[in-house]
Amino acid sequence: MSLLMTFRIAFKALARNKMRTALTMLGMIIGVGAVIAMVGLGTGAQQVIEDQVKSAGTNLITVMAGSVNASGVRTGFGNSSKLVPEDAEALRELPLVEFVSESASTRSQIIYGAMNWNTNIEGVNIDLPMIRSWPMRYGTFFSSDDVRVAAKVCVLGANVADNLFGEGVDPTGETVRVRNQLFKVLGVMTPKGAGSGGSNQDDRVFAPYTTVMKKLSGQQNLNQILVSAYSADSLDQTAAAISEVLRIQHNIPPGGDDDFTVQTLDDMVALRTQTANTMTNLLAGIAGVSLVVGGIGIMNIMLVSVTERTREIGLRLAIGARSSDVLMQFLIEAVVISLVGGATGIALGYGISEALKYYQEMPALVPVQTVAIAVLFSGAVGIFFGFYPARKAAGLDPIEALRFE
Amino acid sequence: MPVISVRDLTKVYKMGDHEVRALRGVSLDIETGEFVAVTGPSGSGKSTFMHIAGCLDRPTSGEYILDGRDVSKLSKDDLARVRNQKIGFVFQGFNLLSRTSALDNVELPLLYNSKNGLKASQRHKRALEVLDAVGLGQRYHHMPNQLSGGQQQRVAIARALINEPAILLADEPTGNLDTRTSIEVMGIFQRLNKERGITVLLITHEMDIAEYGTRLIRFRDGRVVADQAVKHRRNAADELAALPPPEPDQIEHKEEDAAAPAHQ
Repeated sequence: MSLLMTFRIAFKALARNKMRTALTMLGMIIGVGAVIAMVGLGTGAQQVIEDQVKSAGTNLITVMAGSVNASGVRTGFGNSSKLVPEDAEALRELPLVEFVSESASTRSQIIYGAMNWNTNIEGVNIDLPMIRSWPMRYGTFFSSDDVRVAAKVCVLGANVADNLFGEGVDPTGETVRVRNQLFKVLGVMTPKGAGSGGSNQDDRVFAPYTTVMKKLSGQQNLNQILVSAYSADSLDQTAAAISEVLRIQHNIPPGGDDDFTVQTLDDMVALRTQTANTMTNLLAGIAGVSLVVGGIGIMNIMLVSVTERTREIGLRLAIGARSSDVLMQFLIEAVVISLVGGATGIALGYGISEALKYYQEMPALVPVQTVAIAVLFSGAVGIFFGFYPARKAAGLDPIEALRFE
Repeated sequence: MPVISVRDLTKVYKMGDHEVRALRGVSLDIETGEFVAVTGPSGSGKSTFMHIAGCLDRPTSGEYILDGRDVSKLSKDDLARVRNQKIGFVFQGFNLLSRTSALDNVELPLLYNSKNGLKASQRHKRALEVLDAVGLGQRYHHMPNQLSGGQQQRVAIARALINEPAILLADEPTGNLDTRTSIEVMGIFQRLNKERGITVLLITHEMDIAEYGTRLIRFRDGRVVADQAVKHRRNAADELAALPPPEPDQIEHKEEDAAAPAHQ
C-alpha cells in the first residue's frame, strides 16, 4: 500500500475521534508554544542588549581601571590601580587608534532657575561625539581650548535639556548652576535612547574632563578611557596594542596581571548577553519538559487507542493489511498529531511573543532556526512516542484481534 | 479445478506444556460455485479450519491449494495479500469501522489492494455497485450506528465482495441477527451464489442455517466426520415471501425488504 493511502487512512482514523485527537494535540500545542514563546522572548532580549551595546559605537573600545573578565570580577574596579590622563595621551600615539577620550564622571544636582535635576556629569574630551557617533541637536560641542583651560562649559543630554528648559527649547547660551558654579550651556545632544545596561544615555551632561576633575569632583584619576579604532575589523588587534601600551605605562612586569580592563564591543555583548542566555536556556528547558509531557500524552492515547481499536486492527489485517501497514498507520497517526500540534504550537508561541511585544512592550523575536527545530522535534516526538504503540498494534494476531471484546 | 483443496491438514497449538491438536488430518476439495456449510460443536476444529482456509493462520503440516496456489507456507505479508485479493470475510459481529460511512467501509479493502491503483472515483463506483448488489438501498452515507443489524451485515458482505474474491468466507454471519434478518442475509448469500457463481464457505453451528447451503461438512475432534449434499435445501427467498409482514419496529427497512426479492 502506498504511503499516501496510509496517510489517508491515518487522517480518517483521526477524524473519527476529533475530540480525543484535539486533546492529545493540545499537549503538543502547549509544549511547542511554550518553547517558541520563551525562546522568542529570550532572543528578543538578547537582540535588545546587542542593539544597546552597539548604540555606543561599533568601533568603541573601553579601557577601565581594575581588572575584570567575562567570568567575573577579579580584582575590582579602581582597586589600587589608576588610569591617568597620561595613559590617554599614550594611547593617542597608537597608529590603529582614531579617537581617544578621557572620561571622569560625577553625580550632581544641576539647576536652572527654579528647575533642578540630578544627573551624571561626564567629563570627556572633544572627540566624544565622534567616538560615539553622536551628533548635536543644538549648538556645538566644547573645544580643545575649553578642555585645556578647564572652562566651565557643558553640553546637555536631550533629557536634561527637556527637564530643565522644557521640551523643544534651545538652551544654547543659557547658564546653569552645578555645585554653586556657573556653567555655560554650549548645546544639546540628539536623543540616543537606552544604552547598555538599560541606562538612559540622554540623562547626562557632558563637560570637559579637566573641568570635572579640577572643579567638580576633585578626582586625580580617570574612570575610563574611550577609544575608537579605525575599523571594526582591527578591534582585537587595537585592543591588544592598547593593553601593551598600558602595561608599559603602568610598569607591569611580564607575567603580571593587568590592572586595567580593555573591553571591546564583542566583550560587552558577551558579558551582557550571558545572563539573558542563561535565562533563555532555563525557560526553554522548562518549556521543553512540557513538550516531553505532551509526547507522553501522545503515547498514552495511542496505547489506549490501540487497545480500543483491537477489533478494527483485526479487521484491517483480515481484509489484507500487512503488519507494516498497521505499523505505519499508527505511527503516522502519532506523527500527524505531533506535527499538527507542533505547527499550531508554533503559531501559538509566535502569537504569544507578538502579543507580549505589543501589549507589554517586551522585545520578542522568534528565530527561523527555532521554528525549524520545533518542527523537526515535534516530528521526532511523534515517531519516538508513537513507535511503541504502533508496534504493539502491528504485532497483534488477526484471529485474537478479531475475537477481542 | 477446485477453488480450495486441502490435504492432510493438521494444526497443533502449544498451550504451555501440553499440545492441543485442533486439526488432525483434514482433506477436502471445494469446487467453484459451491455453497458449503461447515458445522460442528465448539472445539471440533471448524474455527481452526476456517482460520486456515481464510489464510489468517498457517497449518502445522499439510497442503492448502487456494485458487491454484499453494498458500500453506506463505509469509505473513504474502498471506495478507492473498486475504485481500482471494478472500472475502463476513463476520458475526459485522466489524464495520465506526463513524465511517457504509461507502467508506466498503472501499476499505481497495485501499489495501496495491495491485489495482484505482482512482477515488473508480473506488466509489465499485463500492456503489457492490452495495447495490446486497440491496442496501440509498443508505450509502449512513454510519454503522444508523443502520440495523441486517443492514450492517449487508455492508459487510458488500465489503467482502469488493475485491472480487475467489471465495466468500462467512463466520457465523447470522449469529447476531434475529430470525427474519437471518433469512434475509442468507438470501443474499444464496442469490450471490446462484447469480454470480460466487463460492461460499459458511461456518455455523446452527443446523437450520447450514441447510441454506448445497453441501454440508461436519467437523468433530479435528476431523471431517460427514461430508454430504444438503438433502432438503432451504430457499430464503421463498421463506421470506411466506413470512408475515415485518413488525412495526422493523418498518424502517420495509422498503428494501420488498426490493430484495424483486432482484431474484
